[in-house]
Amino acid sequence: MSKLLLLGDEAIAQAFIDAGGSAINSYPGTPSTQITEYVMKSKQAREQGVVANWCANEKTALEASIGVAYAGKRAMTCMKHVGLNVCGDPFMNASIIGTKGVLIVVADDPSMFSSQDEQDSRYYGHWAMIPMLEPSNQQEAYDMVFSGYDLSEQLGTPVLMRIPTRLAHSRAGVERKPVRPQNPISSPSDPKSYVLLPVNAKRLYRDLIDKQPQFTKCSEESGYNQFIEGPDHSRGIITTGIAFNYLQENFPGGKCPYPVVKITQYPLPFNMLNKLYDEVDELLVLEDGQPFVEEHIKGFLGKGKPVHGRLDETIRRDGELNAEKVAIALGKPMPKGPAVPEVVTNRPPALCVGCPHIDSYEAVIDVMKKYPDGRVFGDIGCYTLGFNMGAINTTVCMGASVTMAKGAAEMGIFPSIGVIGDGTFGHSGMTGLLDCVNEKANVVIIILDNDITAMTGGQPSSANMKLFNICKGLGVDPDHIRTIVPLKKNHDEFMKILEEEIAYNGVSVIIPQRVCIVENKKRIAAKK
Amino acid sequence: MKKDIILCGVGGDGIVSVAKIISDAALNLGLNVKQSEIHGMSQRGGSVFSHLRVSSEPIFADVIPEGKADIILSSEPMEALRYLTFLAPDGAVITNSDPFVNISNYPEIDKVYAELKKLPKLVCFNANAIAKELNARGNMVLLGAAAPYLEIEFEELEKAIKAIFGRKGDEVVETNIKAIRAGRDAK
Repeated sequence: MSKLLLLGDEAIAQAFIDAGGSAINSYPGTPSTQITEYVMKSKQAREQGVVANWCANEKTALEASIGVAYAGKRAMTCMKHVGLNVCGDPFMNASIIGTKGVLIVVADDPSMFSSQDEQDSRYYGHWAMIPMLEPSNQQEAYDMVFSGYDLSEQLGTPVLMRIPTRLAHSRAGVERKPVRPQNPISSPSDPKSYVLLPVNAKRLYRDLIDKQPQFTKCSEESGYNQFIEGPDHSRGIITTGIAFNYLQENFPGGKCPYPVVKITQYPLPFNMLNKLYDEVDELLVLEDGQPFVEEHIKGFLGKGKPVHGRLDETIRRDGELNAEKVAIALGKPMPKGPAVPEVVTNRPPALCVGCPHIDSYEAVIDVMKKYPDGRVFGDIGCYTLGFNMGAINTTVCMGASVTMAKGAAEMGIFPSIGVIGDGTFGHSGMTGLLDCVNEKANVVIIILDNDITAMTGGQPSSANMKLFNICKGLGVDPDHIRTIVPLKKNHDEFMKILEEEIAYNGVSVIIPQRVCIVENKKRIAAKK
Repeated sequence: MKKDIILCGVGGDGIVSVAKIISDAALNLGLNVKQSEIHGMSQRGGSVFSHLRVSSEPIFADVIPEGKADIILSSEPMEALRYLTFLAPDGAVITNSDPFVNISNYPEIDKVYAELKKLPKLVCFNANAIAKELNARGNMVLLGAAAPYLEIEFEELEKAIKAIFGRKGDEVVETNIKAIRAGRDAK
């Protein structure tokens, strides 16, 4: 079969289709979005009857995957790293159940290209005590979906695949494998395993502990983890995932003179690591993420041979790994091109020309000039860029605009305004609004409705066309659910509505409705 | 052969499609390809870049180390300067001369040109003006201008354009081919 040029994300998606996956349930998040999108667009997936859904959030998505596994079929759920926090509950419990045929793909974002933190999902996988895969390239990402399902089905455990931005969003040639059939529908071999009453959960947790040696044996023997001999034993190197490539980049033909343990599967292969430790004078650990392996090797007391890496800042603790950082750690000189001339200025991301959020924010900014003690609580999406306009005071996590506005209002902040997009409101704004209603909080919640999840490239928004009724259903007085079209010509009317709702002592919702300008162009083009 | 190429510009100007065309052509020739790009928040109207690596030998990292890029191909003159630390000593810079001013502190354009002129291998011309006449996009004209530096036969790029834009119809294919030819012939 000829090679396909695929993003790491797309390689995973194609492998899911080829490996007999039955259902993919996800929530979009950079840099993971293209996995599920690829399956949705795939003709092959449609012909094979694969179910592909964008869900309301990562928790609902992963729970759907547990349901797919209950029916005996292969499931995948994809998300960005912070999405794993949202589905922490089903994630931890899927491991106790020992779901078969569940692959959870999490894309981490070292250097925070599009994220609010650098958390490393391997800590979650370790915490849940499940096997993890961390491919070093696109081909491995493809192959590991097959072996991930094998692991999951043979050992009775969900499997976590962790990829960083650079693998998710980099293309390379990928060779496909023959297509596997989907599993037939079936019942769990141990039906009690899906009933996590303490009586069952205690037994299942013990089972999970007893499975650990098997998981480790697989790591030692699967062939993904490799001990690569090298003549120079003054130093041994441990790489995880794509860090191996940055090491190779530093030597002609990729031939490293030091012995290397290349890790792409967890739990850690202790035999290989022990062998390396015994043979060398000191260790260097290269990871594109937080010092997960390094902390394990070093231990809290840091005794034994020196271990260098991110903890002692041989490699900077923050930011993504690259070939330059590895060169510095190896003590190699690095060539550099000419310096960037001083004349070059920053060009930060900005809201698109004609974006409806600009008009909404201009109204908010003009009204808030009258209330220097008031605060505007922001949220996650394109509209976070309103910070650059001076429109919002905070951005923390999905849905926090609504709940932070409530908490602050109850402490006397006035006016206390939350600004959230329609997609984020569907993800985790609704429950917060229910809190506001129950406590009769004095807040104004502005739901910026651009008809789409724009930030991640235009996925349908789960609350689309339902916003008014959702707010009404949650108990917001319909007289205080206001809609407006955010356009320059409506600026004064927008200000008037906002002032009226600030004056109302209770929960108000304002819904500015105008389709995302990028999405609108796409829709016009599609009609032609 | 080995070509490490930084493609850069401003979000939305089609840098990724240029990378795709070169990648497709290289893959057809049996070369190894790695092409890395950034999506998401970093995309909206801000600086964008893509690392494209083409080689007859295995390629290791998805990103090009500093000081190793053979070509910087930029759709905007100031953006070409932003990635200079990646340029190899004998590397070439091919850039559009038409500034995209969406920030209030954009420098005086003559200062940008003065910095560009210091570079040993520079191709700098108004690709947007040529594109406008052809009803095409500047990025395709730039691709044509970069062609002689790629060590990939021009016909292979045309083939890749046909493969990628084929489903959008003959007119789109023709327009893009005209654009890369105009870029190749531009002085």
